[in-house]
Amino acid sequence: MALEKIRQIRGRAVPLPGDDIDTDRIIPARYLKCVTFDGLGDALFYDERFDEHGEPKAQPLNDPRFEGASILISGSNFGCGSSREHAPQSIARAGFRAVIAESFAEIFFGNATTLGLVCMAVAPDARRALTEAVRTDPGLEIELDVEAGRVRAGEMELDALLPPSAREALLEGYWDPLGELLEGVPEVQAVAERLGHVAAGA
Amino acid sequence: MDRPRSLYEKVWQEHAVRTLRNGQTQLFIDTHLIHEVTSPQAFGMPERTYATVDHIVPTHTRLEPFEDALADEMIRELRKNCAENGIRFFDLDTGHQGIVHMVGPEQGITQPGTTIACGDSHTSTHGAFGAIAFGIGTSQVRDVLATQTLAMNELKVRRIEVNGRLRPGVYAKDVILHIIRTLGVKGGLGYAYEYAGDVFDRMSMEERMTVCNMSIEGGARCGYVNPDDTTFAYLEGRPYAPRGSAWDEAVARWRSLASDPGCSYDDVVTIRAEDIPPTVTWGINPGQAISIEQNVPTVEGAAEGERDSVAEALAHMKLTPGAPIAGTKVDVAFFGSCTNGRLSDFVEAARYLEGHRVHEGVHAIAVPGSQHVKAECERLGIDRVFKAAGFEWRDAGCSMCLAMNPDKLVGDQLCASTSNRNFKGRQGSPTGRTVLMSPVMVAAAAVTGKVSDAREVFGVAREAVA
Repeated sequence: MALEKIRQIRGRAVPLPGDDIDTDRIIPARYLKCVTFDGLGDALFYDERFDEHGEPKAQPLNDPRFEGASILISGSNFGCGSSREHAPQSIARAGFRAVIAESFAEIFFGNATTLGLVCMAVAPDARRALTEAVRTDPGLEIELDVEAGRVRAGEMELDALLPPSAREALLEGYWDPLGELLEGVPEVQAVAERLGHVAAGA
Repeated sequence: MDRPRSLYEKVWQEHAVRTLRNGQTQLFIDTHLIHEVTSPQAFGMPERTYATVDHIVPTHTRLEPFEDALADEMIRELRKNCAENGIRFFDLDTGHQGIVHMVGPEQGITQPGTTIACGDSHTSTHGAFGAIAFGIGTSQVRDVLATQTLAMNELKVRRIEVNGRLRPGVYAKDVILHIIRTLGVKGGLGYAYEYAGDVFDRMSMEERMTVCNMSIEGGARCGYVNPDDTTFAYLEGRPYAPRGSAWDEAVARWRSLASDPGCSYDDVVTIRAEDIPPTVTWGINPGQAISIEQNVPTVEGAAEGERDSVAEALAHMKLTPGAPIAGTKVDVAFFGSCTNGRLSDFVEAARYLEGHRVHEGVHAIAVPGSQHVKAECERLGIDRVFKAAGFEWRDAGCSMCLAMNPDKLVGDQLCASTSNRNFKGRQGSPTGRTVLMSPVMVAAAAVTGKVSDAREVFGVAREAVA
């Protein structure tokens, strides 16, 4: 399966303040009642963006200055909680291509990478600087350099961490691992036989 | 002699198929559990897969079609997928349906030394059996259905030892809330948690499941307890457990998988059992927890980097900073979930609930985690204690833990809950508020209409009689 080689992401960003943004917030559970992921982009951060009457709240994602942004900036442990892939699906389907945060919850990180949604971690002071810069100039172009492990914005150049396995997978275009997993099926069968003693079955 | 290894290391090495180009490991998955919410988008080639329905099922009526057309479509989709692919489905009419993390252990499908994956973060529950069990996303559900493997990075292992004796009125739920409070909700990022020490050695399997269940709330994708005689006694005779000579071989093998004495860990944390109080959350993540005897934090009293989080949590929870958490008015009491919806949870709470009434104005619901738990409670008369106290007695499912079914908070109701997450909006109302606590503490909150110290409400001595 030939996938896009993701070397760089460029775009404008929207800052989402707060640490420990959980996946229930990213996509409330009521939107999980679906048998496809189509349309999830509209539900992104729904309860953060709208009040109980459906009226928009003062929230960065509703702020016209950040309209068209393709990069989210947030705090530590982004995407914690439920394993729902609906969370990165809704982020990607709302037009985002990357998330910059201080750290990521593991299940979210894996789910996002498999969709080609780039997640790079920056130090707390770097995140503050980026947030400030974007608030001052919402038109500021941000560049995520996957290869170099850097985030650039105007005069700023910041270290950005990406685990080596995710970096490699994005750069070489096999961030969805299914193709490679399928190539290993003969070896999988050998392991299954070796593990025969743990086969479940009544 | 071989180098001493942890259980995690042994199971990982045994299930590693090969190294992928990016350095990840292609890991063999022994057991794949599926449910209606995270699987219908993925169906492919099934093997070693077991299904149930839990997240969206109504618990007040089992009449089909469900009133909620989307929920009805999801259960029909799962039935069709299972039938077409020959997957064992513990459906509503089998008597074996329940929350996916209840069904695996009850059936003896969950076994030591296995790798278990499920599209649900609370898959960590199965680690109670010495399995390496973790939550996955829907694309990974697809990967397992297609290849019985996943692309994974090996985790570090942190051993968390809790030694000594828990004080009366302190339960497994308090132990894990205390651990998360101590290590933080991101403390476990990159780690598997190995729970060890006197307290875990003495715990029942159901208590171990409560602890392992919430590993993910501490940021650890999986958590486990080494298998021992308690584990084997629980599994023996269950439908999917080995029998006869195969049983003896399995037990010998399982025993050999426990972490070797003297193996190295990436980190070790030691906690004194006596330091663990009945613990309740005050905020909007499970690490924002305090002793029932403490006061709600203030913004000024918080560490500098945490002030925004504390302020946000206080604003959502509408609590008075600096005031005691005990006495906070409760609107709803929810008893159930994959954390605390097991038989022993109901039995223990019923001991105290007997002769008490749910406080006027409190909506109290009791939702057994599985049809087995429900039937057993009814056989023992536990259901009558709950009903006599004023709880609604429901059918099995996830219910108000995540409110994908009709059980939801309304407006800014405050819920005393035995579940695992107090995230904003988690229980179905964007402004709803959740206070996590042990089952006996929820019973106390239901009875008093306030967040309460169960030891006071039910007259439990603070110190064990020597």
